[in-house]
Amino acid sequence: MTIRASKLWFGYAVAMAWFYVLLWPLLGIKAAGLEFAASFAIWSKVAVAAAICLVLYQVKQAGAFNFLTKPTERVGEAASAAFRRVPTWLSLAVVLALAVIFPLFTERYAHDVAISILVYIILGLGLNIVVGMAGLLDLGYIAFFGVGAYTYALLSVHFGLSFWLCLPIAASFSALAGCLIGYPTLRMRGDYLAIVTLGFGEIVRIVINNWMSLTNGPNGVLGIKPPGAYWFNGASLEHVWLNHLEQLYYIILALAVFTVLAVYRLNYSRIGRAFEAVREDQTAAELMGVNTLRIKLLAYALGAVFGGLAGTFFAARMQFVSPESFTFIESAMVLAMVVLGGMGSIPGVILGAVALIALPEVFRGFELYRMFVFGGVMAAMMIFRPKGLWPAKRLGARSEERE
Amino acid sequence: MATLELSEISVRFGGLQALTDVSFRVREGDIVGLIGPNGAGKTTVFNVITGVYQTSAGQVSYDGKPLRSLRPHKILALGVARTFQNIRLFQNMTALENVMVAQHCRTRAGVLGAILRSPAQKREEAVIREKSLQALDFMGLGAFAGELASNMAYGLQRRLEIARALATEPKTILLDEPAAGLNPAESRELMHTIGRISERGVNILMVEHDMKVVMGICRHIVVLDHGVMIAEGKPEEIQRDPRVIEAYLGNELN
Repeated sequence: MTIRASKLWFGYAVAMAWFYVLLWPLLGIKAAGLEFAASFAIWSKVAVAAAICLVLYQVKQAGAFNFLTKPTERVGEAASAAFRRVPTWLSLAVVLALAVIFPLFTERYAHDVAISILVYIILGLGLNIVVGMAGLLDLGYIAFFGVGAYTYALLSVHFGLSFWLCLPIAASFSALAGCLIGYPTLRMRGDYLAIVTLGFGEIVRIVINNWMSLTNGPNGVLGIKPPGAYWFNGASLEHVWLNHLEQLYYIILALAVFTVLAVYRLNYSRIGRAFEAVREDQTAAELMGVNTLRIKLLAYALGAVFGGLAGTFFAARMQFVSPESFTFIESAMVLAMVVLGGMGSIPGVILGAVALIALPEVFRGFELYRMFVFGGVMAAMMIFRPKGLWPAKRLGARSEERE
Repeated sequence: MATLELSEISVRFGGLQALTDVSFRVREGDIVGLIGPNGAGKTTVFNVITGVYQTSAGQVSYDGKPLRSLRPHKILALGVARTFQNIRLFQNMTALENVMVAQHCRTRAGVLGAILRSPAQKREEAVIREKSLQALDFMGLGAFAGELASNMAYGLQRRLEIARALATEPKTILLDEPAAGLNPAESRELMHTIGRISERGVNILMVEHDMKVVMGICRHIVVLDHGVMIAEGKPEEIQRDPRVIEAYLGNELN
């Protein structure tokens, strides 16, 4: 006990020293000379707060709070046991019902955030096929989002094609782009693949940025039509534009539900198992009869399809696209959602998307420290839950449950 | 006739001559043992047959069809399955899933079938499951269907590898040191199992160091040393062959 405690306090001392070494240059080195007071004031506050946390932790370890934690633990266990008894379809139905009535109780701002989250859920689930299921690290995924967005943007502006028609067209274009990019790159493995996909992702953005005659370059494409629909207005059938946020919310919700269902079913299928086999051991998969090149290409193209669907919606919702929306940081963001949520896990990816989009909005009050908190939360997550918020359960275990 | 035939196979890796003019056959109903000291090129033979390595000269044919330039999954589809010397299971998948993957080349449901859950896909999925469970039962692994491969004991993992290879519905199976790391009781059981596999009409080519296993079940033995075939014949002949004794034990001092 004492050895553990002294080790703990030693760790604390090292951490605080390290923190000061980081903090002081930022606050203390000035043109006028070196200064210690300001950095020391902040440092001492943090040090005291950390010391209090540490003491509380030790007291808790010693069992002083058992009278508090034991009952809450028991309540938690009972709750989770009760939750487990609820059939899956019921909890899913409740979540879906909440998602459906969500716009009735909230305002424009919440709708806006919810739409972003749903777009990123589709992107995350699409990337999850590539990264989580097939184990191919893709750092240029957002390129397919861009291909989808520009496909709809250009078809809408130049040919006046409708959103609904463009959904499958954009999805096929993205799949084609996926195959074109995947064919040469997927012969590589691991780190090399990551670098090459990063390169191709950038190539797509730079082409969009420079192909002035087609894409209008950095100025972007303006005047994209929102989705249309026919609606009974009294007696006659009338065409309306669905450009209200609630209407757009329902469209993206439907797309997201479709994506979840499609990815879930893929997960169970022969194709899903082949993806996993490739992830586990590519050589063994090939020797067990999986055409690995074709399967990897398929994973890539499927990921691209969902990226394309999300992109089409994005263009229709913004009614404007420009290359700025498809930078590397977006790819990194989507990848972070997949990793944070739990690779290969559908609820995990959804949770990851919610966390990465909603948290920065929640922390908007902190403004200045927003990104700081964001980074801290990410780092803490990777230490305490390295497999993600909601780690993937084993496929086999799940199919056993079904019986 | 599902005869596997190697004729004058040579394999070079840069300056290293891994195999030189190796020729032998695995006929219908055969159990052939491939033996030789470490580094003799036994696993290289397997890699050549299954399409992992390309030959520098010579030809492998199966059923009269040349296998050259076919990718491994095509060769498997023709009916040649294998296991690995160092176990190469899909570690994060369950035993059942491992075996189900092996049905990949015998089934055809695609993405659309999976997403729409078409009746054909459902039927196929049920068949895959059924056959996979049968393969697990055949190897005595029925109780471990839901177990993660990485959580299984070593001996069970070896058996799962064979179950996975069998689930590809092969006509010929290549076993790479199936008895490695097994205790005597497990080895005896393995011999029994190999006999049962052979009874199913599957031809067997096995690399094995355990002479009790090899001499006990192989009907024909091929001996490799430094990539060269030094002997071939029935177990009794091989045991008496002076070249084989020399390769294993070295020259007599004289």
